[in-house]
Amino acid sequence: MIVELGAFALILSLMLSVAQTGLSAVGGARRSPVLAGAGRGAAVATFLAVLVAFAALIHAFVGSDFSVANVAANSHTAKPLLYKVAGAWGSHEGSMLLWCLVLTGYGAAMAFFGDSLPPRLRAYAIAIQGALGVLFLAYTVFASNPLERLLDPPIEGRSLNPLLQDPALAFHPPFLYAGYVGFSVVYSLSLAALIEGRIDAAWARWVRPWTLAAWSLLTVGITLGAFWAYYELGWGGWWFWDPVENASFMPWLIGAALLHSAIVTEKRGALPGWTAFLALAAFTFSMLGAFLVRSGVLTSVHAFAVDPTRGVLLLIMMGVAAGAGFLLFGVRAPSLNRGGQFRPISRESAIVLNNILLSTAAAVVLLGTLYPLIREAMDGEAVSVGAPFFNLTFVPLMVLAFAVLPAGPLLAWKRGDAGAVARRLWIALAAAAVLGLVAYGVVQPRKALASAGLVIGFWLVGGALVEIAERLKLFRVPAGESARRARGLPRGAWGTTLAHAGLGIFVLGASFETAWRVEAAQALSLNGSQPLGAYTLTLTDVGTVEGPNYLAERGRVRVTDRSGAVVCRAEPERRFYPTGSQTTSEVAICLRGLDDIYVVLGERRAGEGGKPAWLVRAYVNPWVRLIFLGPLIMAIGGVISLSDRRVRLGVGKRAGEAVS
Amino acid sequence: MSFWPQSRKARRRLTILLAVAPVLALAVGLAMYGLRDSISLFYTPAQAQEAKVAPGRKVQLGGLVQHGSVVKHPGGDVEFVVADQKAAAKVTYHGDLPDLFREGQGIVAEGTFDANGTFVAKQVLAKHDERYMPRDVAKALKKQGEWRGEGAGAPNYGAPAYGKPTT
Repeated sequence: MIVELGAFALILSLMLSVAQTGLSAVGGARRSPVLAGAGRGAAVATFLAVLVAFAALIHAFVGSDFSVANVAANSHTAKPLLYKVAGAWGSHEGSMLLWCLVLTGYGAAMAFFGDSLPPRLRAYAIAIQGALGVLFLAYTVFASNPLERLLDPPIEGRSLNPLLQDPALAFHPPFLYAGYVGFSVVYSLSLAALIEGRIDAAWARWVRPWTLAAWSLLTVGITLGAFWAYYELGWGGWWFWDPVENASFMPWLIGAALLHSAIVTEKRGALPGWTAFLALAAFTFSMLGAFLVRSGVLTSVHAFAVDPTRGVLLLIMMGVAAGAGFLLFGVRAPSLNRGGQFRPISRESAIVLNNILLSTAAAVVLLGTLYPLIREAMDGEAVSVGAPFFNLTFVPLMVLAFAVLPAGPLLAWKRGDAGAVARRLWIALAAAAVLGLVAYGVVQPRKALASAGLVIGFWLVGGALVEIAERLKLFRVPAGESARRARGLPRGAWGTTLAHAGLGIFVLGASFETAWRVEAAQALSLNGSQPLGAYTLTLTDVGTVEGPNYLAERGRVRVTDRSGAVVCRAEPERRFYPTGSQTTSEVAICLRGLDDIYVVLGERRAGEGGKPAWLVRAYVNPWVRLIFLGPLIMAIGGVISLSDRRVRLGVGKRAGEAVS
Repeated sequence: MSFWPQSRKARRRLTILLAVAPVLALAVGLAMYGLRDSISLFYTPAQAQEAKVAPGRKVQLGGLVQHGSVVKHPGGDVEFVVADQKAAAKVTYHGDLPDLFREGQGIVAEGTFDANGTFVAKQVLAKHDERYMPRDVAKALKKQGEWRGEGAGAPNYGAPAYGKPTT
């Protein structure tokens, strides 16, 4: 009954989003507050209807109602509750419903919090958000309904892929989608402004918080995904340049560019066309991601079940939405106001350079991701583009961007003084160079490139510290004065510093871990041991354990250091899930400061003298913690910027304050 | 500086062009170079024989793991045979195989052929899904008439199939 109610609510939400689009569009065009208000109401109602449908799906999952096809395919009675709930968005259909929930949620948020927007712009934006809702809800209702019933329900479900039964992955899709789909708001705002033919600072002030929110959430989502890949998949890596990962990374890059260009448009009125373009591009990349993940056109090691028919539908939807957006942009962009002037050495220029590099990097990632398709269409050859391509093309672009990054926030608007900035930054550069040289001399084996990577990481962190010290006039005025300045500093400034420092921390971790990780893999019989860098691993015992829905072999591995002292006892598992007969590895990780000792238990095989032996694979991943910590700091920086009064309050209220 | 345009607008355009051009040139250059040298071609054993892949060239080899061909040595070395309908290739690999590596399963191995024609794999990919068949493998096998529909014929309510390769 509840499932039927959900299915009904889903269809209702489609109708409501049609109403949302129509009412808001007419309300905007006729400047009718009544119709626009009704459109806003419809936006909220659409969201509530999708919420009901989503709640019904979760209810079906929690209650293990296997008469629902999606539940039967992705759940099992023996699954822990968290994963029953997470199963609701673990499949193609369920995740599409989550997508719709987030999309309509953002629409409702615009209706709720958009009071400071010009009424016409707001009505148009809500209409466009509604039109997107119509597209995706129609797709969900007609082509991928998660609430469809089975005529002949099975007694037991087929269970969620055991690799997905993991806390990090349970929360990964909601964050990822909140980020991805958050760009729909800037897409709608951008199109609405293009329809009106006016893009100005007030508009940019509105685009910024939404971009910040979406980008921060996307950062968390991607990091959770990388973290899951790192500790759940047992191969020790965290990024594979897989098409599905790239699909989430491209909107992130464009979102980062948009974040910066929107500041220029807001503060200086410059680059309006470019900012609007990026806003359209960000959501287009999000939709491209949805298409790539679901259509199966690209070989990916982790994609949803392949379904070409739906892929075509998604491609058409993407074509319609992106095509309409860019067509309108092409028509309106030439007539846009050019905005403020600036000199080649200025903060505007630095941000333009950041944008050029970030969007080129996104283009390179796009090329690498789609190249197998292009090549196949051209000469039918199957190729794969892997990490070497991206390391060769993406990394140099980022190195360029990072080289100039610390100078950006220190430059003045309009006309900057390069000499003054250099005088402030030399200390960061010198410190970074010294630390890099120390690393080159001390860390064995010697690696020049990785040490250069460390220099860049220290340069970014140092630059961020110099910037904040400069703002506080640290060490140049009494400490009390600095503290007073710290309190008065807008949160946006703290956010910038944190985000840039977080990036540096990530670069440090990525350089160090990639270059100096130690790996060892040997078949060990009981009490056998193997060296791993400075440590020794001894397999002391292997027993069996019974989990809620799996059986496992659990190894006990003693890790000792050079002096023979026990560092930790790792207990990696090899789990067997009878439903679906899959085997997974449960990695054991010993935390050692910033480093991890990472132990995987492999399969049992015959060892010397017929004794059973287990393949024990282990890594020392130095500084790996920074890889996940850095992006989290970036996301926190984004959230702190978002809480800035200047960002939170719209332009209307600010003008009101100035008058009164 | 006669080439420096007079009008402010034109000057601005030129400055932007001057800023964009080097970055684009760098990106295009690197991408061309990268696409020539750091991509790997995909072959089934028969295609690899036909193409006479040079030893040392990094390629991907895909096919079905032949039944009864998997030999695991105590030190962690594994040998197996990857076959399509027309040819087979011996593969050696050091390390832990993916959890779902099985005889009869479609896999993709990444590595190089040595001088004797043995494929030395650096990485073995198998999706963590019992219904999985790597797309390239499925397509190449389909062309040869080997396809029996397992893997792609997943019901439309199929579960998502995440997974990473083990190295």
